[in-house]
Amino acid sequence: MKSTVSALAIVAAMVSADVAYAQTEIEFWHAFTGRLGELVAEQVDTFNASQSDYKVVESHKGNYSETLNAGIAAFRAGEQPELLMVFEVGTATMMAAEGAVRPVFEVMGDDFDQDAYIGSVKGYYTSPDGDMLSFPYNSSTPVLWVNRDLLQANGIDPDVDLSTWENVGEVLDSLAAAGVDCPLTTAWQSWIHLENMSAYHDTPFATQDNGFGGTDTELAFNSPAQVAHIGAMGEWAQDGKFIYAGRRNEGGANFRAGECALFTESSAGYAGIKAEAEFDFEVRPLPYWSALKDEPQNTIIGGASLWVMEGHTDEEYEAVAAFLNFLSSTDIQAKWHQDTGYLPITGAASEATREMGFYDENPGTDIAVIQMTANEPTGNSKGLRLGSFDQIRGIIDEELEAVWAGDKDAQAALDSAVERGNALLRRFERANN
Amino acid sequence: MEKRITFKGVWLPLALIAPQIVITAVFFFYPAGQAIWQSLFIPDPFGLSMTYVGLGNFEFLLSDPFYRASFVTTAIFSTLVTVVSMGVALFLAVLADRLIKGSGTYRTLLIWPYAVAPAVAGVLWLFMFNTRVGVITWYLGQLGYDWNHVLNENEAMGLVVVASAWGRISYNFLFFLAGLQAIPRSVIEAAAIDGARFWTRFRTIVFPLLSPITFFLLVVNVVYAFFETFGVIHTITSGGPQQATTILVYKVYSDGFVGQDLGSSAAQSVILLALVALLTVIQFKFIERRVHY
Repeated sequence: MKSTVSALAIVAAMVSADVAYAQTEIEFWHAFTGRLGELVAEQVDTFNASQSDYKVVESHKGNYSETLNAGIAAFRAGEQPELLMVFEVGTATMMAAEGAVRPVFEVMGDDFDQDAYIGSVKGYYTSPDGDMLSFPYNSSTPVLWVNRDLLQANGIDPDVDLSTWENVGEVLDSLAAAGVDCPLTTAWQSWIHLENMSAYHDTPFATQDNGFGGTDTELAFNSPAQVAHIGAMGEWAQDGKFIYAGRRNEGGANFRAGECALFTESSAGYAGIKAEAEFDFEVRPLPYWSALKDEPQNTIIGGASLWVMEGHTDEEYEAVAAFLNFLSSTDIQAKWHQDTGYLPITGAASEATREMGFYDENPGTDIAVIQMTANEPTGNSKGLRLGSFDQIRGIIDEELEAVWAGDKDAQAALDSAVERGNALLRRFERANN
Repeated sequence: MEKRITFKGVWLPLALIAPQIVITAVFFFYPAGQAIWQSLFIPDPFGLSMTYVGLGNFEFLLSDPFYRASFVTTAIFSTLVTVVSMGVALFLAVLADRLIKGSGTYRTLLIWPYAVAPAVAGVLWLFMFNTRVGVITWYLGQLGYDWNHVLNENEAMGLVVVASAWGRISYNFLFFLAGLQAIPRSVIEAAAIDGARFWTRFRTIVFPLLSPITFFLLVVNVVYAFFETFGVIHTITSGGPQQATTILVYKVYSDGFVGQDLGSSAAQSVILLALVALLTVIQFKFIERRVHY
């Protein structure tokens, strides 16, 4: 009996000691593996080592879709993490989930300086009033990658002006005439050649400011501007000037192997291309059609943001705020930007990177930042906020494949994608009203 | 003449079948019931609200020409997978059955692919047919054929069929070989003495005697092609190009887990369930008649 009592006393003492020194622990679920996974772990370790009140536990939950599904399933089971990484196309789904998520600006409290964040980056994730709903974690934007050696080998000046699609078209003609198998390829066709193309030319992708104005939005990417672009791409595909490699970033392998002269891909492709390319490559701004617009607007981001889930204690939300503040701090943010090629989320981090001479040493790494921030975003270039958007991208992929294969013309394909996508938007509206 | 075993009392037989009933209830009746219930609603992904729509999800699906086209795709895909995997397996089994030396080695090697998970099989075949670095693509290129399953619908279908059928050949092979070895040698020898050649013996004796096995494999392979080929489609084509390889079960996944449209996904599961039940009934009613046990 006596021994039982003393054992209980020891246990009680241990429990209370544990409470007294307990750190507040929060879960952070993300979708990164490989080098990016290591960099996330490094950030978390740095944060945990920098203070003793809070502890962040990071876990990898699969790719973007799988991470989102893991978060949703966990919420349904009451086991949701404090922080969940959600890719940009899931933004409308998360925003509509009132009661499941807590807006970042509420978590951060009164002295949260939202103006420190770059407008065109955070704009994708803010409410109509400009309040930050989710925390922009990794953002990139499409740029044009150029294989300078391949241009030179085929008698084209590697410094040739590639700022407009008209000029690109002429270069593609020369490359095809010189017998190059892959003059142009792309990754993420919907994101680059429809979503960004629309924003870049200040043309609506969808009504209601691309869905920012409400869930009663309708797709609008079958207007003459987009039809002209997709039509031109379709002709290039038929002539063997544009090589379609797949729905994701399969084209990257072709470019990195030195087979393709031009490649439209995310600015975050930098690390991979730098590691593998055995040729002289260069980053150029995404081309625009000078026939459609004198000066390009701005491109929009892709990537993911961190959502704060509901159902946790005040201490845990304090820990979340501390971690997000840490991620926003200039040193951490500048390092993240330089290591990954993702855009900096604060103006200060961008400035610090410039002052360190990083852009001079790594020419072209600032193209994405300039392209994003050159102009104040308009209603057409702030971003996209559409329900079921991952699926709508799937529909767009299918219809674009019909264009590249020569089965449909651009107008018919885009009309069909708009009609099919609108049906999904109406379902999303019903599910969330 | 059927043998009937009868138990006295109720409890022993109940206890004996209870494990099976419990497993079926937990892993089949309960989820199937949930799917039927959910198919009547449009829920939001987080389970915060549900809108009752009656048969609205079914109307939405059946009025979608792309969903209806998916039935045709599924029919073509399942037929090809079943025919290819059973045909090749039967051919190999007949050859292995005639082997005298080394049959054990052949059998073991032929069974190996069954151990490969569908998703991994998909990746293996994708590598061989990769449009850029694939070995087979390269050989086809040497022969002057430009393989591109990324844009060519028929090539994409061919590739997912081969990748799906490949692992299944092993499974079918095992059953066919066992069936062949169960056929009494005396019957075949008697026919041989009467002057029947191999092909005649196969057609009139072996194949009819194999029919119970063939029928069993037909049912199992159709179910496989309908449900378990998801991993192959997901890794190789994601349903593309266009919608060339979007089979019904892939659409259940993509609407449910990519689109978070759980109402539509549940309705599709119900349709798929009904379809497979119907197919199995048809198989038992019309094909089983021709089976000799």
